[in-house]
Amino acid sequence: MRMDHQLAERWIAPQSHVLDLGCGNGELLAHLQQKLGVTGYGLEIDEDKINEAISKGLSIVEQDLNDGLARFADDSFDTVVMARALQAVKAPDVLLLDMLRVAREAVITFPNFAHWQNRIHLGLKGLMPVSEALPYEWYNTPNIHLCTFKDFEQLCAEHDIHIINRFAVSDSEKGHSPLMTSLIRQAPNLLADVAIYRVTKRKPA
Amino acid sequence: MNARSDSTSDQLPTDTLDPQGLADQAGSVGIVTPEKIHFAEPLTLECNRTLPSFDLMVETYGTLNQDKSNAILICHALSGSHHAAGYYSHDDKKAGWWDNMIGPNKAIDTNQFYVVCVNNIGSCFGSTGPTTINPDTLDQADGSEPQVYGPDFPLITIKDWVKTQALLSDRLGIDVWHAIVGGSMGGMQALQWSVDYPDRLKRCVIIASTPKLSAQNIAFNEVARQSILSDPDFKDGRYIQAGTYPRRGLILARMVGHITYLTDDAMKAKFGRDLKSGKFMYGYDVEFQVESYLRYQGERFSKNFDANTYLLMTKALDYFDPTRDYANYANTADDIAIDDSLATSINNEHTGSDHTAEHSDDTDSQLELSALKSALAHTKCQYLVVSFTTDWRFAPERSQEIVDALMATGKPVSYINVDAPHGHDSFLFDIPRYMGAIKGFLTAPFMTTNMAGTGERS
Repeated sequence: MRMDHQLAERWIAPQSHVLDLGCGNGELLAHLQQKLGVTGYGLEIDEDKINEAISKGLSIVEQDLNDGLARFADDSFDTVVMARALQAVKAPDVLLLDMLRVAREAVITFPNFAHWQNRIHLGLKGLMPVSEALPYEWYNTPNIHLCTFKDFEQLCAEHDIHIINRFAVSDSEKGHSPLMTSLIRQAPNLLADVAIYRVTKRKPA
Repeated sequence: MNARSDSTSDQLPTDTLDPQGLADQAGSVGIVTPEKIHFAEPLTLECNRTLPSFDLMVETYGTLNQDKSNAILICHALSGSHHAAGYYSHDDKKAGWWDNMIGPNKAIDTNQFYVVCVNNIGSCFGSTGPTTINPDTLDQADGSEPQVYGPDFPLITIKDWVKTQALLSDRLGIDVWHAIVGGSMGGMQALQWSVDYPDRLKRCVIIASTPKLSAQNIAFNEVARQSILSDPDFKDGRYIQAGTYPRRGLILARMVGHITYLTDDAMKAKFGRDLKSGKFMYGYDVEFQVESYLRYQGERFSKNFDANTYLLMTKALDYFDPTRDYANYANTADDIAIDDSLATSINNEHTGSDHTAEHSDDTDSQLELSALKSALAHTKCQYLVVSFTTDWRFAPERSQEIVDALMATGKPVSYINVDAPHGHDSFLFDIPRYMGAIKGFLTAPFMTTNMAGTGERS
């Protein structure tokens, strides 16, 4: 299972009701359902992934995230999860606020554009970054709104969004070594390639 | 009456579709034989009339397992029948109307499931309906001949059909259906099942359907009905006794219905503006290919279908509203009073009022969502809802109303909106993605249906 999925799981309460935006083949949702007794829905747009998720017995609804979450009432869910889709939607700020309208908390993961490899690509080579976390060329990437950890936190501050937890990880093997983990903790915006945030609009208790 | 019908239409060529689809690797259920099942007990209908007894024509495919847990019920659409799959003989060239869906290794796999398809009452393919002898006319003191029901057959609702299907389930010893599946009007029956008998089905598949008809849907149905009712050969529905047949009315009704099953693009691709003879004839005979096609379809349909049945079926569509029984739906002004027979409704046809209340979109859709939520609140099955992008008869938005109401009440539901060019008729086509989703849904592990979420969670 993907690293960010494992982390997302820590922040989702057992038996809670979850909406998974861009749920793919339902890997995370199935895992949460089996391990934590979580219920909920996945939204996805990829036809093959939807069918794969349906055949797992999951509740998957075909929907383009760019159409927003208007179909869901306020506070319909405990948690909304969105793994690596924020950077691919047309209006990430609007969607983020909509997520925090339909759920108390949001768990969001996205690739860090300020990762050192990306900086090298752009800063030294003068090329748009291509990496493990961002495997596309500039002309075919679905990632139209890439941001850095700092950018995301600035957006949160502007909209009174409270960051409950954040975790920066490196998806590659070396990221798992204790030295690398501690280095990432020192300089996440430089060394981590994926960020996981747990945010809310509510005042912390 | 010829039992070889199709659901909405079967006219588009299937040979161009799904070259690599399931149909190629999958087989046919082979030769099938329908069975007529008699129900001797009286059946009280929603309109408060009672049928003293009734018959259902049924076909089954596959084998019922020991604990009777592998049964799937197929509900047919407006002009459909019990003949959903297979052939009646070795010379039979035309398979059942959903043969691409049902069979060994197909989406509804008869190696795994026991599939039951029933012709609904009021239809004209062997189940009790307007062409059946009216028992009230038997053994008359004056020695007169027994007569068919004709326009005296009661108006039937979707809910009535579901009730007869539940009685059939009892007869077959099936307490709980593995799934109930239907397209278009068949999807309405599947939805109604989940509301009326929540403990009797585990999965519900609603395809190209709607939670209720729109004003535009009803308008098209009304044009179809008026075509039949205004045919001089209709004879107030007693055409069989009069020795006539409202052929022209039925042809027109089918033509207008057929247009709503297709799309502008599909018609353009198939006919364009092609002329039969290649030039204008400056007359009203068939000139454009599309005219020829529609007339042919209408003609063919008129030979296989009963006019009173067509009227009754369109009325059942118009009346469909699974929220009717659920209290906090405060739309009483628009509540439908069900006439108690085709004859009454025919006689009342000119007394319709001109009353048109203004409807605010937002309030109406909010009311409808909350009504649908109350109807669906106590359901216990898992749902799969399927719509088709080009379907404008029951557009994807209508399917999404069902999905939204289910999600708002925390019910397990999956939804796909299949990109297909064939409009409403798409549900009869072998589209790999569509078939794959049905197959996956029917064979998936059964997850809990008790979702925590019911809206407010603060």
